[in-house]
Amino acid sequence: MLHLLQKPLEAPKPSRRTFLKMSAGAVGGLIIAAKMPNAAKAAADAGEFVQPFVHIRPDNTVVVLSKHLDKGQGTANGLATLVADELDASHEQILLELAPSNPQLYANSLFGVQGTGGSTAMPNAFMQYRQAGAAAKAMVVSAAAKEWGVPAGEITVSGGVVSHSSGKSATLGELAGLAANEDVPAEPALKTPDQWVYIGKSFPRKDVKNKTVGAPNTYTIDFNREGMLTATVARSPRFGGTVKSFDATEAKKVAGVVDIFQIPNGVAVVAESTWPAIKARDLLEIEWDDSAAETRSTDAMMTELKDMTTKPGLKVREDGDVDAALDASAKVMEIDYDFPFLAHGAMEPLDIVGEFDGETAQFWFGSQIPTIDHNVASTILGIPFEKVSINTLWAGGSFGRRAQGDAHPVSEISFLLKAMREAGMDPRPVKIVWTREDDMAGGYYRPMSAHKIKVGLDGDGNVTAVKYNIAAKSIIKGTAFEPMLMPNGVDHNMTEGASDTTYSFPMMNMDQAFQETPVPVLWWRSVGHTHTAYVMETMIDRIAKETGKDPVALRLELLKDDPRKTNVLKLAAEKAGWDTPLPEGRHRGVAVHKSFGSYVAEVVEISFREDGTVKVEKVTAAVDCGVPVNPDNIRAQVEGGIGYGLGAILRNQVTLSDGYVEETNFDTYESLRISDMPEIDVHIVASTEAPTGIGEPGTPPIGPAVANAIAAAKDEWITSLPFTKAGLV
Amino acid sequence: MSVTLKINGETRTLDADPESPLLWALRDELGMTGTKFGCGIASCGACTVHWDGMPIRSCQTMVGDLEGAEITTIEGVNGKAAKAVQEAWNELDVPQCGYCQSGQIMAATALLTDTPKPTDEDIDAAMDGNVCRCATYARIRKAIHAAADKMEA
Repeated sequence: MLHLLQKPLEAPKPSRRTFLKMSAGAVGGLIIAAKMPNAAKAAADAGEFVQPFVHIRPDNTVVVLSKHLDKGQGTANGLATLVADELDASHEQILLELAPSNPQLYANSLFGVQGTGGSTAMPNAFMQYRQAGAAAKAMVVSAAAKEWGVPAGEITVSGGVVSHSSGKSATLGELAGLAANEDVPAEPALKTPDQWVYIGKSFPRKDVKNKTVGAPNTYTIDFNREGMLTATVARSPRFGGTVKSFDATEAKKVAGVVDIFQIPNGVAVVAESTWPAIKARDLLEIEWDDSAAETRSTDAMMTELKDMTTKPGLKVREDGDVDAALDASAKVMEIDYDFPFLAHGAMEPLDIVGEFDGETAQFWFGSQIPTIDHNVASTILGIPFEKVSINTLWAGGSFGRRAQGDAHPVSEISFLLKAMREAGMDPRPVKIVWTREDDMAGGYYRPMSAHKIKVGLDGDGNVTAVKYNIAAKSIIKGTAFEPMLMPNGVDHNMTEGASDTTYSFPMMNMDQAFQETPVPVLWWRSVGHTHTAYVMETMIDRIAKETGKDPVALRLELLKDDPRKTNVLKLAAEKAGWDTPLPEGRHRGVAVHKSFGSYVAEVVEISFREDGTVKVEKVTAAVDCGVPVNPDNIRAQVEGGIGYGLGAILRNQVTLSDGYVEETNFDTYESLRISDMPEIDVHIVASTEAPTGIGEPGTPPIGPAVANAIAAAKDEWITSLPFTKAGLV
Repeated sequence: MSVTLKINGETRTLDADPESPLLWALRDELGMTGTKFGCGIASCGACTVHWDGMPIRSCQTMVGDLEGAEITTIEGVNGKAAKAVQEAWNELDVPQCGYCQSGQIMAATALLTDTPKPTDEDIDAAMDGNVCRCATYARIRKAIHAAADKMEA
């Protein structure tokens, strides 16, 4: 039989109050250790050292718990690098684990809640994890000093071995239980950079082995619980649609189907395993109520956006009377740009496992903002926050997709668990699996946007003023993040990378306008920089072309107040041989951009195939992300960030036809492939500045660098993305 | 319907819907989750396994067609090429999120078994069906060359 909720419910959104309540745990400085709760005491008695970020086990393994979701960006290993260095552990003995939801212990100090995003993992945790490692070391040393009857100052630790000149020595594991009973030092002494053994050098990723042997229980989709069911959900094919009625007669006949439930955002098919859940869902007959749905095509939505850029909007930046300055200019260049919706397309489609016995609930998934997920589950299930556990699993990519402000996966599974319980089912765990089509046609896209810029030049070719109008759906407006991120009603996520440019224009004004649509939008690797960097960096090349200047030279001229950007630009240009002649058929382009505190310059070399399509042959990148904690991972992230951005600008877009998504899988949303991948050479600046993120900053410069190379070759400026529209792919 | 086949050298009997893709039979019936679901339409390669040594997409291979087949998955792949590939993948820290890498390794192993010293063009041809959204392709290419060197040594 079918179990229908009386009325489809609106999924609760975390309010401003709950958001502030959630944030409370973060007040009071960085947590590096905790006083011994009962569990830690019991562990100590069993010879184990248990602190929030570091566990040392009697078997001599050292577990470093990452408070951040690792979705491939190497954060768990990066944080372990910090602990291993300060603790002087060996690389071999380190194990990586992801911490569960606990805003008191694991808040992102830049967000106030537990969450991963904005390339903030390393910047917010650099001191905290070093202190956690140093505190553990101090406790181990103190325990050894007492045990051996020698002064603590005479004890050394190296490669996981604790020793004294008397010949006494022990492993970290042997001392773990004793160390656990030591007082946690309030301010443990940190190493000076010259004492680092791993930071800035090498600490190969500890998660690679599992990922090369198909190890079990790595990702959510692999996670299994005794008696677990699998569910698929039929969601409205148009954004904002709801179920009017449905007939599950045929679906229920599929062997393995357990039951079918209506939940607020669709119809859930619950089965004994995945295949019947997929097969039966196809047999559902659902009539959708589209009265509140988006029924436009993306073409119509773009027309609206373009129109918005012709009118005054919200002031993001206002240096002066830009219209007067443009009127007084010798020449005004006016350029319109448009960017499509983009899907994240993480290799592992969304998924989540949950169970609920009426009093407690547990979830397992790649939770990117656990504090919000935790609150939403607690609210929907009507049980206290403390009765909900969220266990974080490794994620097969995210690129922003798992950082939902509305917590929709945990919301959906909570409603399903509740419906199963209300129907009198035994409390079995259930896993909701998204197919690729569910994931790709499910929205939460990088917003489509229109940009209009006007650049004034004086008689000598100097910029007089820049007027910039942007229109898009705001990612932030209407979410729990609005109070924190839009204090004056301005969405800086939309304009970052443009309104805060360090190019020294005499005057720049920027207005924004918000499109309203039920299509959910979200952060996509590098967020606003995905489009602003493209506009700003191709604009600079157009100015260079117009004024007969070299693109690198013009940038250096305009960046005189930005030494770090200047530095990476010079480094990339030098390493790429910017001033040297190119082989026949090759063309260069350059872009430099700062995002998330990190500076990246990229010089590309392109050629054209016989059919006229563009091939990116080589990318030379220079990066300044402060202290390079793990140089090889920085290179990996820049390589991957370039590939991710390149695939998007070449041929990715999500379009709607009468509100229906047209690209629903990798056959139509064509990913970058190995044959598209350029050779990439990454140069890292040896900086002593505080470390900044690297998951995203490699992405923004690649699009404009390639566009600039195409323009250098053909004098053709691509202003409507992706490049397939220009016949270049 | 019951189908008998060999998986990683062991005879197994699958009692499954003949229309069920091998992928889900491996993952849900046999609990072998190393083979991944990526697209379900043979467009991404995450589900690559070997059938008599040939790389195939298990999401588009139906259980009903597999009577007597010999299937190898990431859990069971071995031999000189597989070992060299897995070693090279570890030495070069190829994976990022890692989700596609079972499929990449199965495809690379099949390539090197067939072509022990592949050119870049051979690599493009053999590996273009395997999507990596983290874009670890530059390292995949290097690792395949490194694995080829290992096999020669």
